Amino acid sequence: MAKDTAPRWDRRMQQRLARGEAAALGELYDRFAALVHSQAHRMLDDEDAADLVTREVFAQVWEDPEAYDPRQGSMRSWVAHLTHRRSVQGLRRAAARAYEAEHGEGAVPDPEELERRVRSATAAARADYIASSMPVPLRQALELAYVQRRDYRQTAADLGVTEDEARRRLRLGLQLLSTANVRPLEGSSPPGYGRVR
Amino acid sequence: MSGDGRESEGGEEEVRGARRIPGPRGAADDLDLESMALPALPPPGGAAADEPVPEQSRSAAGDAPEAPEAPETPEPAAHGDPEPLTTSPVLPHRVLKALLGAWALSACSAEETAAVEDHLTECAPCADEALRLRDAVGLLHTDGSLDLDPKLRSRVMDGCLSRRPARIPVPEWAAPYDAETARLDALLRDIGNAEWHAPVRLRWFEAEREVSRRTTVAGVINHLTAVDGLLSAALGLDDPLGYGEAPLDPTERTESYWSSTVPPPTRAVREPWRAQSHELIRTASFAGRNVAEASVSYGTFALPLQDALLDRAFECWVHGGDIAEAVDYPYPSPSAAHLHKMIDLAARMLPAALAGRRGAGLAGPAKDLVTAGAPGRSLHLEIEGHGGGDWYIALDSPAAVGSPERAVAQVALDGVEFCRLVAGRISPVEAAGGQEGDREAIRDVLFATASLSRL
Repeated sequence: MAKDTAPRWDRRMQQRLARGEAAALGELYDRFAALVHSQAHRMLDDEDAADLVTREVFAQVWEDPEAYDPRQGSMRSWVAHLTHRRSVQGLRRAAARAYEAEHGEGAVPDPEELERRVRSATAAARADYIASSMPVPLRQALELAYVQRRDYRQTAADLGVTEDEARRRLRLGLQLLSTANVRPLEGSSPPGYGRVR
Repeated sequence: MSGDGRESEGGEEEVRGARRIPGPRGAADDLDLESMALPALPPPGGAAADEPVPEQSRSAAGDAPEAPEAPETPEPAAHGDPEPLTTSPVLPHRVLKALLGAWALSACSAEETAAVEDHLTECAPCADEALRLRDAVGLLHTDGSLDLDPKLRSRVMDGCLSRRPARIPVPEWAAPYDAETARLDALLRDIGNAEWHAPVRLRWFEAEREVSRRTTVAGVINHLTAVDGLLSAALGLDDPLGYGEAPLDPTERTESYWSSTVPPPTRAVREPWRAQSHELIRTASFAGRNVAEASVSYGTFALPLQDALLDRAFECWVHGGDIAEAVDYPYPSPSAAHLHKMIDLAARMLPAALAGRRGAGLAGPAKDLVTAGAPGRSLHLEIEGHGGGDWYIALDSPAAVGSPERAVAQVALDGVEFCRLVAGRISPVEAAGGQEGDREAIRDVLFATASLSRL
């Protein structure tokens, strides 16, 4: 299907950015800043670091809009990808700095531990991305059940759908989300934030 | 909610029904993920990995483990339909399976929860899925999206533009409109569907009195769209009120636009408003200097486009504040540089407003007419704080030039307070501040300031 054809907006945006239209940069920001910032914040859990990633990502897009290849996917996914890359770099830097601060100059954190952190931060950020891009009916159902603590019967009533449908949406929404956990960790020990060996 | 009892009876009936007539095919829930419209592209590539964001592979971060390529099918295909009715004393397998999402979210009844949990001890596929869905619940969070710091936008833009200057910049005179529409848009993105219907009372000052008009958050946006449309029309863009006979007066335009939208407006009004403001900024950028002075008629008065855009930035901020108040959000004032320009516009409009009021017998007579362009009797408007400065308002004629030497009175006001007066949010008598000198001049200027307000 046409799923690889980026929508017209994306192509036009790319052309406008390439042409050096500052107004296009503003529109790009308006469309994606919340995505970039929240993804970076979810990965890095730090406001300043997320601001920095946001600045870097938009600068990268603005400096080289041609790097976007519309045949490869939407601009949104490209921007999310750049965000993820920058955030991973940020996370590694921050982890290295924190480790050095605690264990003295030159000390290097356990790479496996670091990978675990990167992975769990990635899963969290991906889950947000999936939640924000999933079909609205599924997202609404999840929000009612999770955020507002409605049971599925109330959820059905709130949404004006059958209970069957409400159960279906909740299950399907979670199935979509579960794809964010790229590699379910064997042994369900919680991700190793703050665990130092 | 009222219908709970009934709802749950309905649910049981449904479940009993399912039990009596076990379907020959998979439960409705047996959707195959691949057939769903998945998010266009899995987001950020995998962990250190890059799994699914395969495409832009030259940017691969590199070193990661392989990723599964597609979401697993949610269901091992094999297990069984038709369902053996014996799996559970109460509910058949497929009903329990259908409940797994609700169960993982703790959104089913106690009996259902117990039935599902019994089932999980004896059905491996369901137990697998249950684990996966429970993990997925762990990825949800309630903290919502953090509000973006509105100041970040200009930092990001400045950073970008310093690395690669724009070939087609946004004109400086369009910057306040750009910033204010972006700020309001960010607020609108964060509010819920119901909040679009929150009541808003728009207030202004007319015929020497405070008046008001009730509408909703969505109605306020339509008001902005309708009046911004004056600028669109002046630039040759589509006027949201259509071609031809659309009125010029902002109030008439608003009323006409409001009455043309029959069902109560919803959040759907955001998109056309935003598209129009983006288009205005873009058009102004391309036309640049050539259109800065183009005249935009508001019916009873006209402004050069650059001032009209500043006026719209001001209105956007003021109404953004109305909306924020209605939905209980914070809404800070514009940047000092932009606020300063807004105050300046009002100060420049005051001599004409004074003359108009004098003509209508609402302000005292001119006391000292001077030749055009010469310094005339003036009021020193001293705006304090954020965006402040000193302005000298010519009192007797718009043709005279305000001058410090001929100041006969002084008013000191905080910048935001002055803007609230311009917007008709406080009355001229409330706008105390420091006052010194000719009482009549002070009174006339404060009332003229309030008279700049409109719907």
